[in-house]
Amino acid sequence: MDLDALASCLASPACLVTQTTSGLIIGMLLFLVAVGLTLIFGVLKVVNFSHGAFYMFGAYFAMTAYQLTGSFALAMLCGAAGTALLGLIFERAFMSRVYGADVLMQLLVCYAFVLIFDDVVRMIWGPEFKSMGMPSAFQVPPLFIAGGVVPPYYLLLIGVALAAAVILGLGLARSRIGKVIRAAAHNPGMVSALGINTGLIYGGVFALGGMLAGLAGALAAPVRSLTPGMGFSVLIESFIVTVIGGMGSILGALIGALLIGLIRSFGSLGFPLFTEGLMYLFMVIVLVSRPTGLFGKEVA
Amino acid sequence: MTELQAGQGTQPLEVPRIDARPQRYRDVLIALVAFAVLALLPMIFGSKSLLDFVIRCSAYGLFATSLNLLVGYTGLISFGHGMFFGLGAYGFGLMMQKTGVPIPVAFVATLVITTVVAAVIGAICVRLKEIYFAFVTLAFQMLIHSTILSWQSLTGGDQGLRGGIPRPPLLGIDLSNHLHLYIMSCALLVIGLLLMRQIAQSPFGYTLRMIRDNATRASFIGIDVWRAKLTIFVLAALFASTGGMIMALFVSGAYPEFAYWTISGEGIFINMLGGVTTFLGPMVGTVLLLILNDTVTRLTEYHGIVLGIVILFFAIGLRKGLMDFVVEWVAQRREKANG
Repeated sequence: MDLDALASCLASPACLVTQTTSGLIIGMLLFLVAVGLTLIFGVLKVVNFSHGAFYMFGAYFAMTAYQLTGSFALAMLCGAAGTALLGLIFERAFMSRVYGADVLMQLLVCYAFVLIFDDVVRMIWGPEFKSMGMPSAFQVPPLFIAGGVVPPYYLLLIGVALAAAVILGLGLARSRIGKVIRAAAHNPGMVSALGINTGLIYGGVFALGGMLAGLAGALAAPVRSLTPGMGFSVLIESFIVTVIGGMGSILGALIGALLIGLIRSFGSLGFPLFTEGLMYLFMVIVLVSRPTGLFGKEVA
Repeated sequence: MTELQAGQGTQPLEVPRIDARPQRYRDVLIALVAFAVLALLPMIFGSKSLLDFVIRCSAYGLFATSLNLLVGYTGLISFGHGMFFGLGAYGFGLMMQKTGVPIPVAFVATLVITTVVAAVIGAICVRLKEIYFAFVTLAFQMLIHSTILSWQSLTGGDQGLRGGIPRPPLLGIDLSNHLHLYIMSCALLVIGLLLMRQIAQSPFGYTLRMIRDNATRASFIGIDVWRAKLTIFVLAALFASTGGMIMALFVSGAYPEFAYWTISGEGIFINMLGGVTTFLGPMVGTVLLLILNDTVTRLTEYHGIVLGIVILFFAIGLRKGLMDFVVEWVAQRREKANG
C-alpha cells in the first residue's frame, strides 16, 4: 500500500490529468468490449464468454492490415469488419444451436472457443508478444494540459469510443432497426410472428457486438502489446463492468467502464499490487447492495 | 360437504418409510472394495506416474464432486468454487510451514478456516439468483486470488508458497514417502466420496433437489431455502478444501493458479464432461479430463484446439455428459429388452 503516492497525486493537477486520461482510455476500451457483451446479453440472453477473443482478433487484424497497407484508417476498418464477420459466422454456426439449452452448455461452447481461438492466433501469428507501433500520423509531441502529459492518440481513442457510444445509443433508441432489436429483446416470438427474421437480428446483434470488441482491439493495438490470450483479462474486466452497470444496459456499461478505468489508474498508485483486488471488491459491494447492477432492471 | 367435513373420520395418511440402511451398507461396501483395489494397485503396477495420476485424480475428484453437490443437486452454478481449493492448499501449506503442528491438526484447522470463510462468502452469495450468483462467486474467487498475489510477505505472491511443506511423520505414517502419500490420498478420496454420497442421499439431499427444481415451492412447504443453500455451500467448500490440501501435499507447495478462476472453470467442465445427473459422473469426468490433458499435451503444443473440439463434441454433439449418456443408453436397452 502506498497511500502517500495517491494523496500527493490527488494534490497535483499534472498528475491528476495524466492519471485521469489513462483511466479514461482504459475505461473507453473496456466500454467498447462491455457494451457488445451487454447488447448480446440483452437481446440474445446469452453470456458471451468468448467475447475477449473478438478483442484479440480485432487487434491482430489491425496489426496485419497496418503492416500490409501502412494505412491506419484501413487497419481500424479491417479490425472492425473482420471481427463482425467472425461474430456472424460464430453465432449462426455454433451459438444458435445452444439457445434453448442450459446456461452451462452455452458457457461450455464459449469456453471451447476461447481455447480454440487462442490457439488459432498462436498458429497464425506465433506465441510471442507483438506490437503494431504508433502510426506515423500520431507520432507528434504530446499535449500538455495543466502540466499533465496527454498523447494525441489518447484523444482520438476517447473520441472514437464516445462517438460509438452516441451512435449506438441513438441508433437503438430512434432508428427503425433499433426498435426492431429492442422488440426482439423484449419478445422474440411476437417479432418473428410479425414476419421479421429473428435469426438475422440475432446474427446481426452478435456481429455488432463482435465488431465493437474488434474496434476496441484495433484501437488498443498501437498502445498495447499483442499476445494470444490478451482477450482474457479484458473479458474478465468487461464482465465486471457489465455486472456493475447492469446486464443489458448501455448507459450502465459506460458508467461502469469509466468507474473501473479510474479505479485501475488511481488504484495502481495507492495499491500497486491490489489494483485488481480493488475492482473485484467494488464489484462485490455493488452486487451485494444492488444485485442487478447500478442500471440493471429488476428481474423477476 | 365442506372441505373440513371431508377430512373428518379419515385415517391419518401412512407415510411409507423407506429403510435407507441397505443402500448405505451397499455404498460402504463399494467404498471398501474401491479402497482395497486402489491400495493394491501399487503392488501390481509399480509405476510412479500411475500413482501420481491417482493422487491428482483424488485432489480434482473431491473438488469436482463437491462442485456437483452445488451444480447438479442444488442448481447453484458456482463459478468460484476453486477459491476453496486454493484456500485449502494455502491454508494447509502455511499452517505446516509457519506453526509446525502435526498434519492432522493442520488438516482440521484448515477445515475450520474454510468453514468460516465459506460461511461468510456463502451468506452473501446464496441469496442471489442464477447468473448473478455465478458472477459474485467468480468475483470472490478473484478477490482471494488478488489477495494471495498481493500479500507477498505471507503467501510469496506470484511465486507461490516455496521451500516445500514439512511433513513430520506421525504414528508411522510418513507422507514424504510416496506410497504413504498415495494411500492417504486414496483414503481421503474414498471417505470424502462416501460422505458426499451420504449427504446426497439423505433427506437433506432430497431437499436440495427440490430447491433446484422449484425453490418457491420448497419455501412454501416450510423449507428455509437460504439456510439449506448456505449449508450445502459450506459443506461443498470443505470437500473442495480437502482436495486442495491433497494437491498441496502432492506438489509440496501452493501456487496462485490453485485459486485462479480457471480451476473453477475446469471443475465445471469436468462436471459437464462426466455428467451431473449421476453421483460418480464428476469422478468419471476428472479421470477423462486428466487423461485428455496428459495425452494431448504430449502429442501437440496446440492442446487448446483439441480440448476445445472435444468440449464442442460434448456440448453440441452429445448435449450431455458421458455418464448421463451411458445411463440413458442402458435404460433404453433395458426398455427394449422388456418390451
